[in-house]
Amino acid sequence: MALSPEADRPADLPAEEATAHSAFLRLSRRAASLIGSVVLTVLGLLMVTFTIGRVVPVDPLLAVVGDRAPEHVRERAAIELGLDQPLWRQFLRYLGEVLQGDFGNSVLSGQPVLTDIARFFPATLELATTATIMGVFLGVPLGVLAATRHGRWQDQVIRVVALAGYSVPVFWLGLVGLLLFYAELGWVAGPGRIDVVYEYTIEPVTELMLVDTLLAGDTDAFFDAVSHLILPASVLGYFSLAYITRMTRSLMLGELGQEYIVAARVKGLSETRVIWRHAVGNIMVPLITTIALSYAYLLEGAVLTETVFAWPGLGLYITQSLFSADLTAVLGATIVIGLVFIGLNLLSDLLYTLVDPRAK
Amino acid sequence: MRRRTTFAAMALSLGLSTGLLGALGPALAATPPDTLVMAKNIDDMITLDPAECFEFSGGEIVAQMYTRLVTPDPKDFSQLVGGVAESWEISPDGDKLTFKIRPGLKFHSGNPVTAEDAAWSLQRVIILDKTPAFILSQFGWTADNVKAHVVATTPDTLEITLVNKFAPTLVLNALSAGVGSVVDSKLVLEHEENGDLGYGWLKNQSAGSGAFKLLTWKAKDAVALEANPDFYLGAPAMKRVIVRHVGEPATQQLLIQKGDADIARNLSPDQIAELTKSPDFELQAEPKQSVLYLGLNQKNEILANPKVRDALRHAVDYEGLATNLLQGQWKVHQSFLGEGTFGALNDNPYSFDVEKAKALLAESGVGADPKITFDVPNTSPYIDIAQAIQGSFGQAGVGVELVQADQKQILTKYRARNHDMVLMYWSPDYLDPHSTTDYFANNPDNSDQGTAKTIAWRNAWDIPELSRQTGEAALELDPEAREETYLDIQRQVQDEGAYVLMFQQVEQTVVRANVEGFVSGPTFDTVTYAGVTKQ
Repeated sequence: MALSPEADRPADLPAEEATAHSAFLRLSRRAASLIGSVVLTVLGLLMVTFTIGRVVPVDPLLAVVGDRAPEHVRERAAIELGLDQPLWRQFLRYLGEVLQGDFGNSVLSGQPVLTDIARFFPATLELATTATIMGVFLGVPLGVLAATRHGRWQDQVIRVVALAGYSVPVFWLGLVGLLLFYAELGWVAGPGRIDVVYEYTIEPVTELMLVDTLLAGDTDAFFDAVSHLILPASVLGYFSLAYITRMTRSLMLGELGQEYIVAARVKGLSETRVIWRHAVGNIMVPLITTIALSYAYLLEGAVLTETVFAWPGLGLYITQSLFSADLTAVLGATIVIGLVFIGLNLLSDLLYTLVDPRAK
Repeated sequence: MRRRTTFAAMALSLGLSTGLLGALGPALAATPPDTLVMAKNIDDMITLDPAECFEFSGGEIVAQMYTRLVTPDPKDFSQLVGGVAESWEISPDGDKLTFKIRPGLKFHSGNPVTAEDAAWSLQRVIILDKTPAFILSQFGWTADNVKAHVVATTPDTLEITLVNKFAPTLVLNALSAGVGSVVDSKLVLEHEENGDLGYGWLKNQSAGSGAFKLLTWKAKDAVALEANPDFYLGAPAMKRVIVRHVGEPATQQLLIQKGDADIARNLSPDQIAELTKSPDFELQAEPKQSVLYLGLNQKNEILANPKVRDALRHAVDYEGLATNLLQGQWKVHQSFLGEGTFGALNDNPYSFDVEKAKALLAESGVGADPKITFDVPNTSPYIDIAQAIQGSFGQAGVGVELVQADQKQILTKYRARNHDMVLMYWSPDYLDPHSTTDYFANNPDNSDQGTAKTIAWRNAWDIPELSRQTGEAALELDPEAREETYLDIQRQVQDEGAYVLMFQQVEQTVVRANVEGFVSGPTFDTVTYAGVTKQ
């Protein structure tokens, strides 16, 4: 027999309590399925990453003891790391450690992977958040403008700008940006997060440079940090802008053709109200997904941008760990990225219910 | 109306970004006068404990933080001078060395440097038995016997006894490597956990008496050092040295151009040529003892044929590669001991001769158009070198299939003896010919289970006679006879070996014109920052 809220209701409960009871059941089912899918996703992620890490044709001991270690040193390290065990046992051992909150030590830094991530992630967070803010504040109006001026020169220009943001390699754009704004014009500071003059005087509290410089009460250092941030954030922001503009434009085009827009115009509503209130209001849900996706992508580690700008973020951390066959670090960072994706998905789910009452 | 609103929103956003960009004004350029900033790829650093550190970048930093018992003279690297030891004596039979500790020496912590610290440091290397421990354990020291053989007899006298006899110069050269660093035993033992001799703590700390102490090391980001005012050779002029991890050479070039870095360490020949057009930059070129060679796996029937190996040695355009492609970063050198090493053979008997190569191939009887695979690291300049070699081998009639991969992937394959031909780089572990000879000319057990996985073993080159000769050279007490043996071994390897020995590295460092006194030296741990000054 299929279960329904009605079937769940004990016969002796009054109707009001029964409604509360079924709401509670619905909620707990939703929570259980959410937790279930999060656990499954993370487990799947772990399994795939772990397997890829172990089957790549790179000897993991090279990262730990180097190429010139005598055989007995290699063998001892293999036993210490459990690398002499079958793959499934290695995975179970790793899973057991992860469940206890131990992500292992990075071979390269000798630090627990979580400590490393706690240091590298804020750099990426700072960069990606600034870039996304730029992308949203420019991309949404540009997309709206392109849609409202559909087929005219404004639309053409915006489409070219967006297309370029999609097609131009971020790496190249970063280098050109550095050459122009840092090397030639001297408008912004160069690679890195802050000038060496300030670097060791700022106490790392949050590891967010803008926040830490303010906490230290050093405005010169704050502006120096902003000056370092602005260029890589703009490069990434351009990418984000391109994505958000394209999506906004196509969502808006779909919306502007709807009958209710015509009806609103016929009713004599101002064009601003029609566009910003009605049309934009109606594309909010998919737009939030777009923005969340773009943000998650940037948080995942803007690998090339971080390389060009010597920006010590998660992208740089993962790349270097991969090149050095530091698999513990790669695994740990992958889980964090997975959790960020899941977190942002949940957040955008929550935001739907706020902006669109139907989603409740 | 609608246009005005949309434009207003955009103007606000644009203003936010571009306004900030312009309003910040010119960025700071030029580093502080008492701070040295270096742009370098330091992604290989995994530890700063001298008993474990064996990576290029880590070894360089350890060399700044610790003083070794004896050390190569930065003015003449072929000579050893005292470090923590002021003087030493060698017993007539060569198996006992007695060191007098330099008086008045202090660790960064303020603790005095004693013979006890020196003895404990060497014992610690053997007991921990990490990767570079073999440099000391080859003398026959084990965790069980080291305390009896490395002893502080008085507070300023250290006595070491060899179990396996070796040439005294070899012993001193080995002690001048990073593993010979003298560690502050009192400070380290304060941080000991579960009898680990401070291993867990010392990975990212400093406890030495070198020119600089560690301020901070952020893995994959930067190392900051602070001058030691009590350094025995005098306080360094630079109060701070910051080594920034900059992986991308183009970024390094920009940083030094703008004055945000004083030294750039990983630039390409083109970038160097571009920079040194300006009088603001100077090029420092110092020969390293590192060599670049082709490894020829003797498990491959074609490569096992001596005539084929000889043909291949005539099928490389050494001069063309060095001049046109490597532009001074590598020079032609056809033996495994780099020029400047004791006993190095500096003859370059092979030149590019397609006809001779063809004739040798015809004599070899391997048949027409033999084919081999060629494993190459997927970074510059290795790919370019490999493509040039593929071309010249092709002219001689040998087909080459290039297989590009990450360096670690190639090493894994190389260690498993699964390659045909490989392009590889070798850098000695310490300043003695034995370090390199042992790898190129020693293969005591050529079976797949062989435990001495030397370069000779990796290429399955079975050489009982040469292995014996290599062992003897390490024991030879008479320097002239020793040198003669090394020259002989190199000639044999040059003519018959499972290698095509091609180039020796010349490290090119670009410094800003106001920077002086940076020394790179012949190996990875002879780099010295202590003498750097800025005008």
